[in-house]
Amino acid sequence: MHDPISWIFVGGVLAVLTATTLLGQVMNRRAESGLSPAVMATFSRRVWAWWLLMMVLAAALFVPPWVTVTIFFLLSFWALREFITLTPTRMGDHRALFWVFVLFTPAQYVLVGMGGDYYPLYSIVIPVYGFLFVPARVAFSGDPKRFLERTAKIQAGLLVCVYCLSFAPALLDLKIEDFNGDAWTDNSLLLFYFVFMVQIGDALQYAWEKLMGRTVIAPHISPNKTWEGFLGGVGSTALVGGALWWATPFNHWQAALMSLVIAVMGFAGVMCMSAVKRDRGVKDYGTLVVGHSGVLDRLDSLCFAAPVFYHLTKFFFTDFFTKLSQAAIAV
Amino acid sequence: MTGTILAMIAKLLSGASVRWIDCQPETRQRVYFANHTSHLDALVLWSSLPVEVRRLTRPVAAKDYWGRGRLRRYLASRFNALLIDRRDIKVHQSPVDLMLREIGETYSLIVFPEGHRNTKPQLDEFKSGLYYLCKKRPHLEAVPVHMDNVNRVLPRGEFLPVPLLTCITFGKPILLGEGEPKRDFLARAREAVIQLRET
Repeated sequence: MHDPISWIFVGGVLAVLTATTLLGQVMNRRAESGLSPAVMATFSRRVWAWWLLMMVLAAALFVPPWVTVTIFFLLSFWALREFITLTPTRMGDHRALFWVFVLFTPAQYVLVGMGGDYYPLYSIVIPVYGFLFVPARVAFSGDPKRFLERTAKIQAGLLVCVYCLSFAPALLDLKIEDFNGDAWTDNSLLLFYFVFMVQIGDALQYAWEKLMGRTVIAPHISPNKTWEGFLGGVGSTALVGGALWWATPFNHWQAALMSLVIAVMGFAGVMCMSAVKRDRGVKDYGTLVVGHSGVLDRLDSLCFAAPVFYHLTKFFFTDFFTKLSQAAIAV
Repeated sequence: MTGTILAMIAKLLSGASVRWIDCQPETRQRVYFANHTSHLDALVLWSSLPVEVRRLTRPVAAKDYWGRGRLRRYLASRFNALLIDRRDIKVHQSPVDLMLREIGETYSLIVFPEGHRNTKPQLDEFKSGLYYLCKKRPHLEAVPVHMDNVNRVLPRGEFLPVPLLTCITFGKPILLGEGEPKRDFLARAREAVIQLRET
């Protein structure tokens, strides 16, 4: 069903993951390696989350798209739970929250699952109708205290955890033309590439930070996010992404640029979610509820990168751009 | 069977993470006492117990809520609830006597000593029932439980739950000291629940 490229790519990713896991094991054995146990714990947590995500996505190459869409729905649902649990709401928000969870979240994924033809619907249901519904429902319940703040929090949760993330599985139904203008149909491989680049972006940025991080960007938001980590991470992600162009519909410089954007957006996502957590006085969404590994902690970068990557692909690698230029010429 | 499914649904819905601090789940006879903020408390706490403990545990629940309507009555019977009428308390038939009779020598009990659903952030004073339970059955271990966030899953006056994440913490059991005055014991019990909120 898939050409050898998919196999090579997925196999390569799994090999990298195995190597990382082994490296973690070796460093764990060697207590004298100078790394603190806390760092090691974070490291192995991240590697396990990677494994899980990558296995799911590798499986996505072989299952029908609706299965992948359903998995992303569950991830969104859980991330939204974490987000809203962390956010103080009042009793007057209860009914609005109920509809956010049982109507808007599933509806978004049902529309995404119905395919790219429904783009005009799923691209506006949450940012327009959800956006208007939430404050209206809160207002009807009659509690004016911190009204704007409360509605903004629910809107933000819905947009970040559900709307933004849903653009990752939406990649599965884009009618892509590659850089030569030929049809490119291996969409699940593109989704795999995208998620992998987001993770690589996180990892490289973390590595640069550990190696040369000095100039902290915003100490009050995250004391260990540095300019060195950001620039080094973004730069090296672009290189890695460009080197993997053969698994994408892009040529090498296009793939590098796409990866650069993914890395920048991923970093932005991590910074924003850190800011939310700092404001609430917790370090992880996971520690808020002990025993849960914090889905949102792992998905923050994905949430921010997904809609941008989707739309860049849609603008430049579907017939959207061709139509647009024809229309411009006609005018 | 229905009980297991019900517990599963309650767990999924409340996303409960369960912590046992200085306390292990056991099938011996105990009385779990927790803060009370939602009608779901009894069900969520009961569901968070391991299955073999759960089988031997009966939550005390308000008859005016769980006894009303066929569905709620059915559900309450499935999670083995002990329905207590809060309005019709007779001298010779006090709730404590009823509870003791119902649990016999085998069942554990879940009680909410605040006596009503509390919407304030701080705990209310405990009612004396917990003290009399422990006094009449001195071997009963009283296990403090703190339930976090259940009030947001199903707040007072709402009937549709929102699936947020909750956290249930079991703490170190306390025993009624010999000759310990009622007020001291209840204050100590209340303090034990408050302590759990902070850990």
